[in-house]
Amino acid sequence: MRYLPHTDSERREMLDAIGVTGIDALFAEVPPSKLLRELPDLPLKRSEMAVERALESLAALNVPAGSVPFFAGCGAYKHHVPATVDSVIQRPEFMTAYTPYQPEIAQGTLQYLFEFQSQVAALTGMEVANASMYDGSTAAAEAVLMAHRLTKRSKAVLAGGLHPHYRAVIETISHYSGHSVGGATASPAQSFEAQCDSETSCVVVQMPDVFGRVSDLTALAAKAHAAGALLVVVVTEAVSFGALKSPGAMGADIVAAEGQSIGNGLNFGGPYLGLFATRQKFLRQMPGRLCGQTVDRDGRRGFVLTLSTREQHIRREKATSNICTNSGLCALAFTAHLTLLGEAGLRKLGSLNHASAVALAEALAQVSGVEIVTPHFFNEFAIKTPKPGAEVVDKLADLGVIGGVPASRLWPNDASLANLIIVAATEVTTENDIAAYRGALSEVLHG
Amino acid sequence: MVEMPKEFVPVKVETMGEPQTFTGNRGLAIEEPLIFEIGSPETSGVDFEDPLTPALFPRGEGEEAAALSSGGEGDSGVLSPLGERDRVRGDSFANRLGGLERSEPIGLPGLSEPEAVRHYVRLSQKNYSIDTGIFPLGSCTMKHNPRLNEKMARLAGFADIHPLQPEKTVQGALALMQELSRWLLELTGMHAVALSPKAGAHGELCGMIAIRAALEARGEADVRRTVLVPDSAHGTNPATAALLGFNVRAVAARADGTVSAEAVRGKLGPDVAAMMLTNPNTCGMFEPEVVEIAAALHEAGAYLYCDGANFNAIAGKVRPGDLGADAMHINLHKTFSTPHGGGGPGSGPVVLSQALAPFAPVPFVAKEGEGLTLVEHAGAAGETAHPFGRLAAFHGQMGMFVRALAYMMSHGADGIRQASEDAVLNANYVRARLAGALSQPFGDRPCMHEVLFDDRFLKGTGVSTLDFAKALIDEGFHPMTVYFPLVVSGAMLVEPTESESKQSLDLFIDAICKLAGAAISGDTGRFTAAPRFAPRERLDETRAAREPILRYKPPLPKA
Repeated sequence: MRYLPHTDSERREMLDAIGVTGIDALFAEVPPSKLLRELPDLPLKRSEMAVERALESLAALNVPAGSVPFFAGCGAYKHHVPATVDSVIQRPEFMTAYTPYQPEIAQGTLQYLFEFQSQVAALTGMEVANASMYDGSTAAAEAVLMAHRLTKRSKAVLAGGLHPHYRAVIETISHYSGHSVGGATASPAQSFEAQCDSETSCVVVQMPDVFGRVSDLTALAAKAHAAGALLVVVVTEAVSFGALKSPGAMGADIVAAEGQSIGNGLNFGGPYLGLFATRQKFLRQMPGRLCGQTVDRDGRRGFVLTLSTREQHIRREKATSNICTNSGLCALAFTAHLTLLGEAGLRKLGSLNHASAVALAEALAQVSGVEIVTPHFFNEFAIKTPKPGAEVVDKLADLGVIGGVPASRLWPNDASLANLIIVAATEVTTENDIAAYRGALSEVLHG
Repeated sequence: MVEMPKEFVPVKVETMGEPQTFTGNRGLAIEEPLIFEIGSPETSGVDFEDPLTPALFPRGEGEEAAALSSGGEGDSGVLSPLGERDRVRGDSFANRLGGLERSEPIGLPGLSEPEAVRHYVRLSQKNYSIDTGIFPLGSCTMKHNPRLNEKMARLAGFADIHPLQPEKTVQGALALMQELSRWLLELTGMHAVALSPKAGAHGELCGMIAIRAALEARGEADVRRTVLVPDSAHGTNPATAALLGFNVRAVAARADGTVSAEAVRGKLGPDVAAMMLTNPNTCGMFEPEVVEIAAALHEAGAYLYCDGANFNAIAGKVRPGDLGADAMHINLHKTFSTPHGGGGPGSGPVVLSQALAPFAPVPFVAKEGEGLTLVEHAGAAGETAHPFGRLAAFHGQMGMFVRALAYMMSHGADGIRQASEDAVLNANYVRARLAGALSQPFGDRPCMHEVLFDDRFLKGTGVSTLDFAKALIDEGFHPMTVYFPLVVSGAMLVEPTESESKQSLDLFIDAICKLAGAAISGDTGRFTAAPRFAPRERLDETRAAREPILRYKPPLPKA
């Protein structure tokens, strides 16, 4: 087997050195009746070529986003990732390192995490950010738990425009950890009025929301704060940070965001990375890893993981979270891409995304019967068609266009949303893509 | 894994005896500033096409056809010659941001492409990695990461598909998830798998919620509020149980580091929901009474959660399902070689017994007619399933699924078994050859894939476990896990993995023997001053925690 260095004679030599006659002597504690002799239903070892062929044939059954006019969003976005980014994350010293628990030989990882934290704090308009979470949805759930700890209250109020999968993640963790969830139902038309009571720890609102709407959260923040609650702002499209007023500037206390859009491919939903930022005064209740600056014995600047007394490996059942990882390599992709973009590049990227979406909205509005439901948006909006969205998207796929996400896929039981499709456009969207969508939509609805 | 805070000694140790360089660089070891110190807000390493720039290539025929087909019925618009997007990309278009456009500066530096590449390459050279040398972190499983895995995960058919695009356009991805599930179920002897957990601790959460859900279905969730956890467990175990509102009851180990069924029975009662057990345990021992423990738990109406962090010792040799486990997470980044990436992303699928299978969370893959479908909502799960909810926005770490399956297919059932045997062989070889030089807390007896030493051999030398670990850095090795498990004084947990050749192990063993000899003979300078040859000397962790600096702040202008 090509990954295993020992020859059989070396194995024998090593068994001799150990002083046993065979390998099973080392498995003596396993109840003999439970020791496997074979696994007949699994195949035996294969060559690199054979594995490659088999997996390529599976990959060929899928339709890559880059191969068709593509408009799906809803928490995962098709952006261009510079070739440099993938080259950086494939540096073996990054890819095959462990968590930087021995900081003297992990300064590479630690320095990029410090830079990452600095970039995330700047983007979100917050004071501190951690070294990343699993993804946006789990970051949102951790934000809710953190708000409970900070306020010593136990109810989260969720806006109707929160991605329903994020809502489901928060509901699941809340239910099984003894907390409650309230809030509004999904509607692309109604604006969100948070009802805070004395048990409300936080109001959770997504911006832009799942229908793509952008709205000023300043008044909502003031209302939450007046009721003693925190404002948690969820962002699923990180490129929007380059174009929109930051959550911090609108009064957010915790920002939980999905960072996939910067530096990371679609990957069918993962791995992604959660961005998590908050105010300095809430630092000690923050979940996840943190990298901090310090000095070595020689007085030279260096970086270490710090404030680990919040974490499970020290605090065990009293930890702020059970999380034991960050999304290291995805965070590296994020920070490398953002470093390449810089402030000027991110702003340009933001305006290109918005321009693409405006052009798409103008084109689709010209298809008879199609209504643009979202008045103000960044790079994603909802359209209403005369036919059920699921049916329309299905037929569009037959015409070679991935035409967005039908709302019924996210809210299967809400008839009022059945005719909605949520569509996104980004810098990769070409004028031909837009024309193809408009043509195909016209054909599906009226052809 | 765990490093306990230690008082920092701010002593400058003269190590080189040579004049310092003017730059602070030392040959290939080059200092690298922060991006904030070398970049500027105006610089960018990414070019975008300007609006109104003509296309690089003339349109192909297919694109022409697509553009023409836009003139459907009721479609009154006419494309401008420049195209819709390029027209609105001009300066004049009215934005639809509702007055929320960002006006304040962000504060992001940019680097040109060559500067960025150099920045990250120089940073990477300050890291030790499994590709550099042996990385014997006990409990962490730093094995070789095959490059085929990387190549496969980057196929556009896996890397460039959206989690919510129509199911008929991702049948290959769903088939891959199902094939991975089949391997996991065959290797563990379990009944169902939840692929969505994003890391080991997330998998623990998944398994323990499934147990809660099962207890709710039995009407016993309010009564069974206690989870048994051995002292030697990973910190995530008690943290996960506490997150779900369980009380944690510790179970003490026997003198040999394992848990007896008798001790478990002694802690059982009508209030116990489950026990979380790592097997092989964190002392590197297979739990010999695991079958009796499972039986005792089941008899008392409780469940057995297995922490699968150490599954790599027994994959292909014994199946947790056959031992009585009800739930177990599998760290794909440990047993199945997906890269640790400097701390993630992980992937922690959870396998479930028949008793817990109905409670598996959404989403999961199911057969539908000739094809496969994703069940994304409880309502679509069928009558026998009662999904406990959802753990993440999408379907799990697909990129890791591809890598893990590439590893499984490459090894085959025979290779996986051989890998487990070699991992155990390597750990025992290290144990046997170091038995004379170091001390073992539970005596010299066979271990599984990792071998545990304590600090008794350093007693009276003035050298601590941490010093010993740092001296290994100077010798060119990554240290073993230190100060974990907590139940052993000054623990050193060595997990060589199956990826190390005998020659590599011999070098490592010889270095440790010589270091142990140096410590005992009073040559302590090489320990207390270590590391001397790493990119940094010992770092002041106390200062980092006392005055946290967690982001770059520009220096104050000089008055």
